[in-house]
Amino acid sequence: MTEEIIIAGFGGQGVLSMGKILAYSGIMQDQEVAWMPSYGPEMRGGTANVTVILSDNRISSPVLQEFDTVIILNQQSMDKFEKAVKPGGVLIYDPNGIVRHPKRKDITIYKVEAAEEATRMQSAKTFNMIVLGAYLKVRPIVKMENVIKGLEKSLPERHHHLIPLNKQAIDRGMEIVKEA
Amino acid sequence: MSDIKDIIKDENLVYKKTKVLTDNVMHYCPGCSHGVVHKLVAEVIEEMGIQEKTIGISPVGCSVLAYNYLDIDWQEAAHGRAPALATAVNRLHPEKYVFTYQGDGDLASIGTAEIMHACNRGENIVVIFINNAIYGMTGGQMAPTTLEGMKTATSPYGRDIKLNGHPLIITELIAQLPGTSYVTRQAVHTPAAVRKCKKAIRKAFENIGQKKGTSFVEVVSTCNSGWKLSPVKSNEWMVENMFPVYKPGDLKDE
Amino acid sequence: MAEYKLMKGNEVIAEAAIRCGCDAYFGYPITPQSEILETLTLRQPWLETGMVVLQAESEVAAINMVYGGAACGKKVMTSSSSPGISLKQEGITYLAGAELPCLVVNVVRGGPGLGTIQPAQSDYFQSVKGGGHGDYKLIVLAPASVQEMNDFVDLGFELAFKYRNPALILSDGVIGQMMEKVKLSPVKPRWTNEEVIKLNGSWATTGKTADRPRNVATSLELDSARQEQFNHKLQAKYKEIQEKEVRFEKIACDDAEYLFVAYGSSSRICQKAIDLAREKGIKVGLLRPITLFPYPTKAIQEMAEKVKGILAVEMSAGQMVEDVRLAVNGKVKVEHFGRFGGMIPSPNEVVKALEDLIIKG
Repeated sequence: MTEEIIIAGFGGQGVLSMGKILAYSGIMQDQEVAWMPSYGPEMRGGTANVTVILSDNRISSPVLQEFDTVIILNQQSMDKFEKAVKPGGVLIYDPNGIVRHPKRKDITIYKVEAAEEATRMQSAKTFNMIVLGAYLKVRPIVKMENVIKGLEKSLPERHHHLIPLNKQAIDRGMEIVKEA
Repeated sequence: MSDIKDIIKDENLVYKKTKVLTDNVMHYCPGCSHGVVHKLVAEVIEEMGIQEKTIGISPVGCSVLAYNYLDIDWQEAAHGRAPALATAVNRLHPEKYVFTYQGDGDLASIGTAEIMHACNRGENIVVIFINNAIYGMTGGQMAPTTLEGMKTATSPYGRDIKLNGHPLIITELIAQLPGTSYVTRQAVHTPAAVRKCKKAIRKAFENIGQKKGTSFVEVVSTCNSGWKLSPVKSNEWMVENMFPVYKPGDLKDE
Repeated sequence: MAEYKLMKGNEVIAEAAIRCGCDAYFGYPITPQSEILETLTLRQPWLETGMVVLQAESEVAAINMVYGGAACGKKVMTSSSSPGISLKQEGITYLAGAELPCLVVNVVRGGPGLGTIQPAQSDYFQSVKGGGHGDYKLIVLAPASVQEMNDFVDLGFELAFKYRNPALILSDGVIGQMMEKVKLSPVKPRWTNEEVIKLNGSWATTGKTADRPRNVATSLELDSARQEQFNHKLQAKYKEIQEKEVRFEKIACDDAEYLFVAYGSSSRICQKAIDLAREKGIKVGLLRPITLFPYPTKAIQEMAEKVKGILAVEMSAGQMVEDVRLAVNGKVKVEHFGRFGGMIPSPNEVVKALEDLIIKG
C-alpha cells in the first residue's frame, strides 16, 4: 500500500503539523514515510503545502505531480491542486472561503466544514485535527491508536494535555465529513 | 691574542638566544622589526614555560613563515583569517596559549571582520599586530595604515585621502570592544622600547592564563625596504611620522 | 520500531554530528539549511558532550574556524548553502592543501548569484572539480534520504580522517527540508585530548612537546620542486580514494534496456519514474552515484555495455552528465534532462524526457 497525499492551505492553518502527525502515525504502524513541505517566503503568511507519503515499501520521489488524496483549505490551493488528483482519487476540502468549487467528475469529492466546526468548538487550533478526522474517515489508512501515538510523538510534552481535545476534534471531523 | 675558543665559556656568557627560537636563518630584511618581535615572543614563551601549551597562528604577509622561527606548533592561516583559526583553537583548547601574529594588511584590511569579531567575542587569545604601514611581502604596496602622502608602489604620488580614504587607526577601534582587556601600542626601535614591548607581550600572554579575554599588542614597525630608507633612517622616520598618528602607549588595561 | 524518529534532513545532520562525537560546528545562517545551526543551539551539546557550537560572523570566518579546529586534530564541521559555500571555497582549498580532515555540508539551492532558496543540484562542478584554486579533490557524498543524512556524517568524518582530506556532503533543499523516518546512529563519545594525540599527533597542533618536532598546519611551499612533489602526493591519495571508496546503488538494472544516472533527490524522482515507465513497458533502471568523488565511472562503463541509452537526470543545466559521457565514451547515447533554478522535475517529466531524448531521439 502506498498513499500519496498533499495538504494545501494557508500558513498558520496547521497544514505542516497535520502532515507531521499523519507521517508519525505511519511510523507507528511500521510504514515508510516522507513529509515534504513547500518552504521559503511562502511559509510566512502565504500558502503552505506539504506532501505526505505513507508506504509499505521504500518511498521513491518525495516530489510528485499527482496524488491519491488532495486536501484543499483555500482558494489558491483549489486552483492549483484540483487537477493534481489522480483519476479515481479523492479531494477533500473545506468550503469556507471557496468561491470556485471543484468540478471534476472522475474523482470523489468530500466537504468538511472544519473552520465552522472549529469555531463551534471554540478552539481555532482544532481546525487541522478536524480536517485530519475527515481524511481518516474517507481514507482509513492509519489506525486511531497510531494517530494518538503520532500525536504524542509530534507534540512537545507540555502540550500533551491537549491530546484529548485533538482526539475530540478528529472524531468531529469524522462525523461531519460528507460527500459533495 | 687569545683563541676564540678560550672566550666561549659558560662563565663568560652574558646573552643567549632563547631555545624557543629555531636555528633557521630568518628571511627578514636587515633592520626589519619582525626579527625583534619574534625574539620577544619566543623569550616570553620560554620564560613563562609555556612552549608545550602555545599554538601560534601565522598570517599571510612577511611573517607568513613565522612558523620556521619559533619552535612551537603553528597553524598557517589564509590572508586575514588568523583570528578565526585562533577562535577555534581557543574554544577547543581553552587551556592553551593561542596567539595570532598579523601584519597591517592582514589584520586591518582583508581580515578586518575576523579581528573585530574575535576581539568582540573576547576570545582568550593574544594578538600581535605589526604595523609598518605598507605591504612588505608583495613589494611595498599601500596598506590600510599607510600615512597620508606616503609613497608606495600603489600610491606612487602619495596616499591621497580623497582617493584612498584615511589611514585606518584600528587599534583605537579594537580598544572600544568590551571583549578586549588589554590594548597597547608599542615599538621596538630603541633598547628601552624593546624592553617595554617585551613587558607588554608578557602581560598579554599572562592575561591568557587569567582568562581575561583578548589582549592586543600593536607594534609600530619599520619596513626599510618598502620605505626605501636605511634601517636607522627608518627608525627616525617612524618616530617623526608614524608616532603622531599611531601614538605609543596603553589604550586599555583592565 | 520505537527507535525510529521523524526528522528533517537538516535536523538529522545536527543530531548525527552530536552523536558521532563531533568536536565543533561553526556556521552562519542561510536558507535552506539554517535548521542545522538552530537545532544545534537548541540542543546545547556543549552541556552534554562538550561539543563547541559557534555562529561565526561570516561563512568565511566559519570555514577558517574549521581550519583552526581541524588543525588541532579534532572532528570539526560546517554547513551552508550554495552562496555560502562559494564564500567558503578559499578555506576549503587551504584545508585540502594543508591535508586537514573536516566535514562540510552543502544544502544546495539554485543559482547563480543569490539565485533562489529552492532546491537545486547546480553545485556539482564546484563540488567535484575543485571549487577553489589549485589541484585538489574533496570526498563528496550525495545523500538521497534523511537516513543517509544521518549515516554520511559519520562516514564523512571517517573518510576525512582516513585520508586527511575535507569531505563534503552534497545535499539539497529537498533532502534538507524533507522529514523521513530515521534511525539515528548510536552515541559515540568525543575523542579525548589523549586520543587525539595518539591518533593525529603526528600532524595535529596539540602543543609541541620535547619528544617531537613542531607540527605546522600549512599549505605554503615556496620551493616549486617540493610543491610539485606535494602535488604528486595529493594525486596519489586521490587515486587511492578512486580505487577504494567508490559507492553507488543500482535499482532495477538487471533487465534494463535504458538507464537513468542520478544522485540525491533526483535519484528519488527517477525511482518513481522507473515505476511509471515500467507501467508503460519501458525497461529502465537507475544507477545512483553515492560518492560523486570518487565517481562510479567503472560501474557506468559496465552498464553502457548493456543498455541502449542513458539519461542523466539532474537539477542543473547539465553538469554530472559530463562525467557520465566520459565514462560511456561514446558507446551509447547519453543525454541530460534537468530542471533548474529551484524547479524540481516531476517523475512524469523524466519519463517523457527518456522517451523523447533517448528512445525516440
